[in-house]
Amino acid sequence: MTQNTGNAAAVPVQEEHGGTAEHLRTGSVLLRELVAHLRENRTQLREEWARRITEAQLLTAMTKDEIFAEATSVYDNYVEALETGTFEALQAYARNLSERIIPRGVETHEVVGIVLLLRDVLARSLFAKYQADFTKLNRILDAYEPAANRIANTVAVGFVQERERIIREQQEAIRELSTPVLQVRERLLILPIIGVIDPQRARQLTEQLLRGIRTNRAKVVVIDITGVAAMDATVANHLVLTVEASRLLGATVIVTGLSPEIAQTIVNIGVDLGKMNTVGDLQGGIEQAERLLGYKVVPFSEPRSGT
Amino acid sequence: MEVPILKQGDFLIATVQAALTDADLLHFRAALIQQVVRCRSRGVVVDLTSLDVMDSFALRTLREIAQTIRLRGAETVIVGIQPEVAFAMVQLGLKLEDVTCALDLEEGLANLSYRSSSGA
Repeated sequence: MTQNTGNAAAVPVQEEHGGTAEHLRTGSVLLRELVAHLRENRTQLREEWARRITEAQLLTAMTKDEIFAEATSVYDNYVEALETGTFEALQAYARNLSERIIPRGVETHEVVGIVLLLRDVLARSLFAKYQADFTKLNRILDAYEPAANRIANTVAVGFVQERERIIREQQEAIRELSTPVLQVRERLLILPIIGVIDPQRARQLTEQLLRGIRTNRAKVVVIDITGVAAMDATVANHLVLTVEASRLLGATVIVTGLSPEIAQTIVNIGVDLGKMNTVGDLQGGIEQAERLLGYKVVPFSEPRSGT
Repeated sequence: MEVPILKQGDFLIATVQAALTDADLLHFRAALIQQVVRCRSRGVVVDLTSLDVMDSFALRTLREIAQTIRLRGAETVIVGIQPEVAFAMVQLGLKLEDVTCALDLEEGLANLSYRSSSGA
């Protein structure tokens, strides 16, 4: 049935081939024919695609049923994009799909891979259908290829954009969360640093600390870097600058939580930390700060003393 | 621009109220050291709260003042450096080594009385 209509349409199309406008129109006729073909063979092509995905070991984070369900909706969206020539719906779907599968650990190459597979599966079915009529196959492919390329592009770009958006959001969240300046006692501040310090964050950290020193009238600051995995020369130097700047505001800085690796690195780099007050852990740092401030912590049952 | 130098008990308080030219700085240095001698002060507080820029010459002069006053047997505390100024200074490598700093005038005076009482 399909074969018949396809061949019947093919004859006038070949005859009409001529000017540019005509060419465009025949292009759209061909595209319509193509869409009809894809609709007709939906079940079979979709299954073939899902099989190829499993075979290529893509989307391993998803179950077979899930792959098939996604394959179905991607297929339908794909055909619709081919038919209408508009990519908004597909774009929205790609974004939505990315949102769902990125947290499950699906990689960029997998998403690009499945779209290219679909392109391949469909092209093969076109080859099979039109193998008798080479001219017609050529013109069908003329209509199909640009649209298919654009679709593959749209999906891949949508996926990458979604990924980048997530990364940006997370970076912002980390930046906002990670630099609290806490007052633990009258005139004693704690600055716990966690995670990676880049130059921008280091700068922000210093600004926040200096402002905190002034508003809380702090005399002693404990900077705890237990949560810093690695430290390079730039960051170490910045730490020295921060200590010096704090001193200009009249605050003493105690650095705690230097891991053996960081200590080793700093010695190797040759950063001068001699003027820095370092204590092994946060508890020791707070105890020393209390001594500097004249506090004395006594058990609850005894009357409290200190200034 | 003249920098007022006030006597407060055993200490002197000098409040810098606007950016000083190099000539002003030299004049200030001479006046302050003279006052320390005349008043037999045990400490000096230099207040920089209203300064929003600090150049290397000003910094060097302050360091010289502190060293000279130490030779006279008194102590110097610099107070009121703004956070932005402090950060800009360390970034440019301008250091105030061996000069005591404090947050504000109150802190500076407390620091001086603590040091003169424990040192005496």
